[in-house]
Amino acid sequence: MTQPNRIPGGLIDRAQTFSFTFDGKPYRGHPGDTLASALLANGVRLMGRSFKYHRPRGPISAGSDEPNALVELRTGARQEPNTRATVVELFDGLSAQSQNRWPSLAFDALAINDRLSPFFAAGFYYKTFMWPAAFWEKIYEPIIRRAAGLGSLSRLPDPDIYDKGFLHCDVLIIGAGPAGLAAALTAGRSGARVILADEDFRMGGRLNAETHGVGGMAGADWAAQAVAELAGMPNVRVMARTTILGAFDHGIYGAVERVSDHLPVPAAGQPRQILWRIYARRAILAAGATERMIAFEDNDRPGIMLASAVRAYANRWGATAGRRVAVFTNNDDGLRTAEDLRASGVEIAAIIDSRKGEEVVGSRGRLGLRSVTVRGGSGKTRTVECEALAVSGGWNPNLHLTSHHRGRPVWDDTIAAFIPGPGGPGGLVAAGAAAGQLSTHAALRSGAAAAAAALADLGQTAAAFDLPEAEDAPVSITPKWHVAGKGRAWVDPQNDVTVKDVKLAHQEGFRSVEHLKRYTTLGMATDQGKAGNLLGLAVMAEMTGQTIAQTGTTIYRPPYTPVAMGALAGRSREKDFKPTRLTPSHKWAAEQGAEFVEVGMWLRAQWFPKPGETHWRQSVEREVLATRASVGICDVTTLGKIDIQGKDAGAFLDRVYANTFSTLPVGKVRYGLMLREDGMVMDDGTTARLAEDEWVMTTTTANAVPVFRHLEFCRQCLWPDMDVQMISTTEAWAQFSVAGPNARRLLEKVVDQDISDATFPYMACANITVCGGLRARLFRISFSGELAYEIAVPTRYGDAMICELMKAGEEFGAVPYGTESLGVMRVEKGHVAGNELNGQSTALNMGLGKMVSKKKDAIGMVLSQREGMVAEGGLRLVGVRPVDPAQPLTAGSHFIATGKPAVSAHDDGWLTSVVYSPHLGHSIALGYLKNGSARVGERMRAVNLLKKTDVEIEIVSPHFFDPEGERLRA
Amino acid sequence: MIINHPLLGPRDAQEFVYLGDARLIERPDGLAEGAAQALHDHVFLRDNPAGEHRELWFHEQGDRSWLVVTRNTLTHEITRVELARDVARAKGRSK
Repeated sequence: MTQPNRIPGGLIDRAQTFSFTFDGKPYRGHPGDTLASALLANGVRLMGRSFKYHRPRGPISAGSDEPNALVELRTGARQEPNTRATVVELFDGLSAQSQNRWPSLAFDALAINDRLSPFFAAGFYYKTFMWPAAFWEKIYEPIIRRAAGLGSLSRLPDPDIYDKGFLHCDVLIIGAGPAGLAAALTAGRSGARVILADEDFRMGGRLNAETHGVGGMAGADWAAQAVAELAGMPNVRVMARTTILGAFDHGIYGAVERVSDHLPVPAAGQPRQILWRIYARRAILAAGATERMIAFEDNDRPGIMLASAVRAYANRWGATAGRRVAVFTNNDDGLRTAEDLRASGVEIAAIIDSRKGEEVVGSRGRLGLRSVTVRGGSGKTRTVECEALAVSGGWNPNLHLTSHHRGRPVWDDTIAAFIPGPGGPGGLVAAGAAAGQLSTHAALRSGAAAAAAALADLGQTAAAFDLPEAEDAPVSITPKWHVAGKGRAWVDPQNDVTVKDVKLAHQEGFRSVEHLKRYTTLGMATDQGKAGNLLGLAVMAEMTGQTIAQTGTTIYRPPYTPVAMGALAGRSREKDFKPTRLTPSHKWAAEQGAEFVEVGMWLRAQWFPKPGETHWRQSVEREVLATRASVGICDVTTLGKIDIQGKDAGAFLDRVYANTFSTLPVGKVRYGLMLREDGMVMDDGTTARLAEDEWVMTTTTANAVPVFRHLEFCRQCLWPDMDVQMISTTEAWAQFSVAGPNARRLLEKVVDQDISDATFPYMACANITVCGGLRARLFRISFSGELAYEIAVPTRYGDAMICELMKAGEEFGAVPYGTESLGVMRVEKGHVAGNELNGQSTALNMGLGKMVSKKKDAIGMVLSQREGMVAEGGLRLVGVRPVDPAQPLTAGSHFIATGKPAVSAHDDGWLTSVVYSPHLGHSIALGYLKNGSARVGERMRAVNLLKKTDVEIEIVSPHFFDPEGERLRA
Repeated sequence: MIINHPLLGPRDAQEFVYLGDARLIERPDGLAEGAAQALHDHVFLRDNPAGEHRELWFHEQGDRSWLVVTRNTLTHEITRVELARDVARAKGRSK
């Protein structure tokens, strides 16, 4: 296991050796290696297959712009697809697999796609798989997805933790190359709060990849010294392995810190990644630049790489893609690769400089480059044997973040690239290569200047920064985008977009950059066009006879590089997806063996199974019958509670409720119906008047928050001078419903005051005390239709109260009941709840039309009276029973007249709530039926096409149980 | 986004709930002549400007103030933040 392509030098620790595997085969590398550098050192150039044609591919880059070398890392639950081998930090024991190939990377059956390429041109999917339309979802798309795939998921839960965090700073510096370091040193030495973030695990940017010095020392050493100085400053936070993924509004930046990706398993208590939200008063984009390819026939073979990458592998990692390397360039920078490789002992097979009339017109080598064909100025071609070709087509500034707020890049002829244009995120400026300042000296100077300007902007004085001596070579480039030829020349390797595809797009009229992008998928791969976008645009410009400046460019959006879903989710997964709210009697209910149900964020007891009960309905029927026979207790804390006080509280309630409240006497409760301004019912509940200026409103569980928000809107925005104060007390009071014929006898044992029917009649309320002095509130209201009370005590006494109530109820055989029994009893009683209060229903629909007072200007009154909403024959709340009591009903069934087909033309409404009534011994339902109130007694059908049920039913009154309300007044 | 709350200073937009056009403050009198049309327009007709927009935000995870935020819908630049109660009073709303 030697490393045949390991060459001297580099920033790797040769004293230590790591073992790792790629597709099961063992290799060796060193700390400081990336997976790509270690594989190249081991003589491996083939690392992946292309997206569409399954062409053999190797890395073209040495950074996050990599389009080809996508691999799966690790195995089991930590398996991670689509990682770029060029940025994967090597660790001992790393296991990596190639992807998008079968059965093996060297022999991929789907490489047949490459032979079929004439059929796979741009727009192929749209043209070929149009017919028959029904085949798309079930047949074509799955096949295409399997063939044109990226990596695969483990389908196991991610075992790692992802965190989120917040950071604040004066200046955020994005990128720690020469410009970023100069900016950070300037701002840091001035005392400003600085965050310096870089996606790489080693800071320094190109200084680590070049041989020219800075300030009389090696560039990498200067960078290390600068980073060490910055790390020692208390006002500077240095964040390696951190990608700034986007610029958001008002100086907010998103960042992903890969805390543990470089370790086999995160250390104990450490997250895998952290998603940071950084609030920066100013930001400097020093993200450097990315080199680009020149398109020529078969320019995608493993071994054909960017010149800057070949140089970086040699200088930083002591690795080369081959022992004999050719260089193809249109600018001076490419020549550096030849110099540096030669110095490292690598043979330079040829330097092909397009400015001298030479160009590469083809290549050979199925699984790795063997030779390139070069055409000289005279037109004669020759073959150059080589294992790698270093291509330099010029540098594109990494200006992505500057276009996140619709900032449009502008064309700069001197460097033949787009540079940041006007607009873009406020407070963000680009410096160094990201701003088109491509020499080291210019980067250092512009970084320092950008920091000084940012500090001046913030009213701070920048410390002087002595520019170290550095190379300042001018950019010398003659643009060369593609070499004319008959074969396929790749512009965007990741999405397999070729020069021909761009020409086809032009031919078919997709000429604007936005159309070009969508028709060919140019720039739409996971590298977001870093590798090939500009090449495609340049070819289109040439076709249309325009300049690139006239052609323009698509712009970039977040994220800068792909972000793991885990990082975006953070801790919000599984049971922590949202907070869980527990009722005050939760512990007690759990001890009783209750089954719980999620109601919004709340967990509520659904029923309380007894030993021997094998079906939930047995428990529910027992609870209902016991409550109706004697007494039952239910935790109703989750209902929203709002204390409303002030001289104008009564008048205020008159305006937010459709019915009148100001006339309610002290010590009484009234049912209220709240409308939205458009006339639909928003919510319902009871409101009690405990004193002249003191009211307690209840809302449904679901609407506790929206109703409170609405009331604040009314109070602050509509009637700002009303004397009304309010506070949500939902969590402040533990509230229990005590219902059944023995409810009073039970409560008399715990309540300190007289609650006889004479002193505390139906719909009474009062501040009381229980158990010898504990303050409490008592309301004589009933949702179940029984003699019932709701008793509230301060939340911390909730657990004690439920125990006390159950103890007091022992002699009556009191049962706890859950939400299911609550639902059964309210349907039996004909009360509306969530299923009926669906946001599309009016008071009239619910049979509560008379509650809407037209004498006062309440929210929603006027629009609830619109013609269509009060028309005769509209939906009305009805009760439903099956003609055959043995037949069950199904919620969601539609009312269909007997003898009519079950189609929408004969749809007369639907069943909203269905329960089995133990009291009646059959299913019952509530529903909205057209002209329902006039149809009581009519027989029709309840049809559910999904559940395939069709039941003969009779329309009845919605009040199945005690329609006169004698029980609740008892 | 960051909303510069007039009482509490800069706060993250995540603390707020958005409602919509600040003209919702100008609720017509439901008992006046032509109330049906006026309320219909009030509820259903809205401008959707590409540019400056005055809108209502509720500081739900904060002090429960309703705010009128003047925001550019193209750039998200916020140029003014007022207490909705003050705006309502300035428009003559009282009880």
